[in-house]
Amino acid sequence: MRPMTPLLLAEFTATSCIGTGVAPILASLEELRSGLTRCDFETVKIDTHIGEVPGVDAQRLPAELQLYDCRNNRLAELALRQDGFLDAVDAAAARWSRRRIGVFIGTSTAGIMQTELAYRARDPVSGALPADFEYGTTHNSFSVADYVRRRCRLEGPAMAVSSACASSAKVFGTARRMIEAGLIDAALVGGTDSLCLTTLYGFHSLQLSSPAPCRPFDVARDGISIGEAAAFALLERTSARVGGNSILLYGVGESSDAYHMSAPHPEGLGAKRAMQAALNAASLEPGDIDYINLHGTGTPSNDRSESQAVTSIFGPTTPCSSTKGATGHTLGAAGALEAVISALAIRNGMMPGGVQTTRIDPTLTAHYIKENRHAPVRRVLSNSFGFGGTNCSLIFGCAG
Amino acid sequence: MTLPGYVGGIGVLGPGLHNWPHAAAILSGKQPYAAEPTVLPMPTMLPPAERRRTGRVVKLALGVALEATASAAANPAQMPSVFSSSGGDGHICHEICQALALSTREVSPTRFSNSVHNVAAGYWSIATGSMTESNVLCAFDASFVAGLLDAMTQITVDRQTVLFVAYDTEYPPPLHAKRPIPDALGIAMILTPERTATSIARIDVALTGESADRMTDPGLEALRTAIPAARALPLMRLLACRAAGRVVLDYLDVSSAAVQVEPCV
Repeated sequence: MRPMTPLLLAEFTATSCIGTGVAPILASLEELRSGLTRCDFETVKIDTHIGEVPGVDAQRLPAELQLYDCRNNRLAELALRQDGFLDAVDAAAARWSRRRIGVFIGTSTAGIMQTELAYRARDPVSGALPADFEYGTTHNSFSVADYVRRRCRLEGPAMAVSSACASSAKVFGTARRMIEAGLIDAALVGGTDSLCLTTLYGFHSLQLSSPAPCRPFDVARDGISIGEAAAFALLERTSARVGGNSILLYGVGESSDAYHMSAPHPEGLGAKRAMQAALNAASLEPGDIDYINLHGTGTPSNDRSESQAVTSIFGPTTPCSSTKGATGHTLGAAGALEAVISALAIRNGMMPGGVQTTRIDPTLTAHYIKENRHAPVRRVLSNSFGFGGTNCSLIFGCAG
Repeated sequence: MTLPGYVGGIGVLGPGLHNWPHAAAILSGKQPYAAEPTVLPMPTMLPPAERRRTGRVVKLALGVALEATASAAANPAQMPSVFSSSGGDGHICHEICQALALSTREVSPTRFSNSVHNVAAGYWSIATGSMTESNVLCAFDASFVAGLLDAMTQITVDRQTVLFVAYDTEYPPPLHAKRPIPDALGIAMILTPERTATSIARIDVALTGESADRMTDPGLEALRTAIPAARALPLMRLLACRAAGRVVLDYLDVSSAAVQVEPCV
């Protein structure tokens, strides 16, 4: 890929089980606190841990958007209300015009839980789904992108990116192409994925979820903990608004494994290719990266292949960690959530240590940190990989 | 702001549309349109073990992608791709939701890993050995233009040849009553930043607010509105006629896409 023109990460917000809004998330990271709890979600009976966001069910949507009502869009609404984000979007609309702002949202399952619930309430005779069940505005992958664009009254191009657990990292790539091509000047990007039975029972059936809180890079790691999150950012063409404290998106790198639907390439070749592409796009060398926020799911195979890929490019000294021990694996929201965590690392000069991990697997050569490190952080690389062998690496940094 | 590019190979498969030459004969008026159920090819490009696991979404998307790449003599291993679909695999979704409604809640691991929206892109990459990037999009009824915009920005910005595949399959009952897509339809095209020996036409894509063009044939117009990927039919008609012109395609409630077509002769 050719070098890209950096974009301004003008605003950002996130909501996950470790905090509703960026201030509590930062506080949790500083305290090395995990939000994972034993699974008691809905009627689920699986011995596992989850990262549930408090207050999602109580969140209401505006009256005119009631057709979109589902857990996933309630989570999106809850997150949009934090950190003055909706006002920031309005201010951006005043600067660029509503037609020149795109909306690109990543999700893997959107509001599929509405359909799960509807299947429990089928007509006993006809088998029909309940009359009040809405497919398009809840279950369909586009529903959350459509909700966000209507909620924010944005009129530029809109779409959902749905490539499993890389979805909301890849939205930054879509936004970058649209802005660089001149179709828009700014984009509301992000990701939203909420707890549902499909993913809890699905990952369980693949024996990929751990009974314990997930322990990325631990010698005894045995799977993921599923979490939920919504994270949003406003990306803009760079302008006079870029100042000393600004955070920029410097690089996006994408690739495919061409290997297997649900297992990563054993040597991490696809992951390596995505990280290298991000470095090339950012015109940076591996030594320029101060911290890597890993995909780090806590499955034996992911962490092994990712560690190999990281070491092959960065060697064994670049500090890296996974924040999934704190947040759980938030699937289609992970890319955007970890983009926000990367921005917090840069803004606060803090590399978050990986929580839940007690004994780092000695066979993993990447430099995994368990304790927070306070030091200037100028450039962060964040990895997101997904089923289907889809990979995306993002590079954020301070201006200059 | 317009996005320019060239359409190379095309693949089409849908109800009464067997492949691009067959669809082109119908769209250009040389043959009448007769609706009939879509027959999907076996994805022989996949290893037998993988082939058995694939559902209709994968068969459809790989089928049209293969027709487009073969007719453009393009190397799929080197091409980034954009896959856009209005929904995932409805049959798999039905089976998972049905299993979750029972007290046993036994979800098949294979069905779960094939339930991701990017299942076709994943299998395409496995089948072709392509490690290039692949974007996988959904915009409900607006999915064709969403994918076209992403693919056009990719060729404009990164100056690369891109495979663009738009495809939809039906949902079985009882979901069918809530999302009445009648059958499977896919359209694939190779888009290049420069004219090549296999270029069919130059296209210039822009956002507009005009109403979308309709098909004059009632059968084709019914198809256009019934399956999201078929919203491309007015564009496919111009490409089939090898005629210059401008068409407007459905996108969001606030915008549509205007495509200026100039045949390569």
